[in-house]
Amino acid sequence: MASSAVIASHLSKRFGHGAHQITAVDDISLRVEKGEMFGIIGPDGAGKTTLFRLLTSLMLPDEGQVRIEGFNTLKQYKEIRRIIGYMPGRFSLYQDLSVEENLNFFATLFGTHIRANYDFIYPIYRYLEPFKKRKAGNLSGGMKQKLALCCALIHNPKVLFLDEPTTGVDPVSRKEFWEMLGLLQQKDITVVASTPYMSEAMRCHRIGFIQNGKIIGCNTPQNIREAFPWLVLSVRSTEMFRLLQDLRAYPDCRACHSFGAYQHIYLPKGSDPEDLHRYLTRKRHNDIRIKETDATIEDCFMDLMAKKGESDGH
Amino acid sequence: MGIKSIKQRLLRERKAIQAVNDGYVIQVNDLTKKFGDFTAVDHISFEVRKGEIFGFLGANGAGKTTAIRMLCGLHRPTSGSGMVAGFNICNQQEDIKRNIGYMSQKFSLYNDLRVWENIRLFAGIYGVNENLIAPKTDALLSRLGFMSERNTMVRELPLGWKQKLAFSVAILHDPRIVFLDEPTGGVDPLTRRQFWELIYEAVSRGITVFVTTHYMDEAEYCNRVSMMVDGRIEMLDTPRNLRSHFGVESMEEVFTRIARKATRNDD
Repeated sequence: MASSAVIASHLSKRFGHGAHQITAVDDISLRVEKGEMFGIIGPDGAGKTTLFRLLTSLMLPDEGQVRIEGFNTLKQYKEIRRIIGYMPGRFSLYQDLSVEENLNFFATLFGTHIRANYDFIYPIYRYLEPFKKRKAGNLSGGMKQKLALCCALIHNPKVLFLDEPTTGVDPVSRKEFWEMLGLLQQKDITVVASTPYMSEAMRCHRIGFIQNGKIIGCNTPQNIREAFPWLVLSVRSTEMFRLLQDLRAYPDCRACHSFGAYQHIYLPKGSDPEDLHRYLTRKRHNDIRIKETDATIEDCFMDLMAKKGESDGH
Repeated sequence: MGIKSIKQRLLRERKAIQAVNDGYVIQVNDLTKKFGDFTAVDHISFEVRKGEIFGFLGANGAGKTTAIRMLCGLHRPTSGSGMVAGFNICNQQEDIKRNIGYMSQKFSLYNDLRVWENIRLFAGIYGVNENLIAPKTDALLSRLGFMSERNTMVRELPLGWKQKLAFSVAILHDPRIVFLDEPTGGVDPLTRRQFWELIYEAVSRGITVFVTTHYMDEAEYCNRVSMMVDGRIEMLDTPRNLRSHFGVESMEEVFTRIARKATRNDD
């Protein structure tokens, strides 16, 4: 039977009471296929961590249900915990145990040995092996993440849940980390990972945008970008901050945001970049450069957020 | 406090203002910090000009945090010398703390105090003149569009709002420089950008900004950027010059090139 690796239906989870009640996860349904890499992206406080706890059977939903490889998180959590790997957002290994001791400990918990799964974890462990006697607390941020990933993989899981594995990690280590996840793909492991870095989401097969406990969009990165409803122009001049304000005052401007060395302005499709150029010249900008650009995932997310804000009446 | 010590303090302050007026808010030479036989920061020298946005980048474990702690007067350097906000980092650490702003990545306002109570508390701690606290509070709230949130408990604010409030509180006492340690980590893309607009606005009011980030698009918003590798400052220049030095399009690629250098050195 070709069932999905993860099926969540109408999940809700609330915390607190009365006026202080917060709906952390609000009627979320999602399906992740076997071997898929699924990205959950959204800001802090959007509900990502609660969603992960619900999916991993560590917390029970107020409504809805979750099936992992066919097992129900409510009744079959023991089976589930044998086949999933979970890397929580907060570093949760033992800081005063060495790299090797941490790995051994987690292997023992699952009734296995490092040797038994050595080939499996080797592509990641090889970075750590030179430091195997070092205490986990003395590793750099990127190394800690690699160790945590090894520990989550030590029992050869079928589904891997990674809650913000790269937050606070530098760009190079982040890239390496995602390359390692790519290797796992070749071994048919299903990966569900969350990240606040939109650029990382490009590496996923599909992405779910999460905001205020709801999934506000879910598709392949390609489809999400192609569905962007505006013309995106990258603009720069010698005075970037004044440029931002002037672009926002441009009559056709739908929104304008800084993107590194450029500002991205969203205009109705079919708008003439020449007209914008003339406008900026009138505003006395120098060295103006305008080029048409494909929308990035971050453009898409901000546009969805703005739409959501409008429909909620903000 | 006796007359004599007040006089001494005023003298130190006057010297400090003089130093800052000369154009530099930070000036360090061969700053080094060792922990046992591990050299966390290895002879770094640089200046930060008045009114500048200075990006302090580097890989995890490169020594950024240790360097920042020395600059803020929280660690004594093992060797080297320097001035921050006009005060000596080796022996005037308390003066430094009074004259800088600091915002850590971890939210550091009190969740169970109201917005105005937090502002009042930090204004008191930083010694803002009693008569100025009320008008400064009003100005801060109106700048943020928070007038209606004056009595809101801070824990009820969305994360983005909290970060903006924390930043505004960190510069309430008009410090000469504010240190921002990954102020936008984990924040949504819209709030991240609004946060940078606040930074620009603070700069327009004469505050110098020293900022760390792992978002490379944000490195572009800095006037100058330093890249730390293995405890040393490997490069320091404007984003534009760094990009053209490596012949690449983005700061992300610049970062990768420089950090790769470190890996080669390890081999």
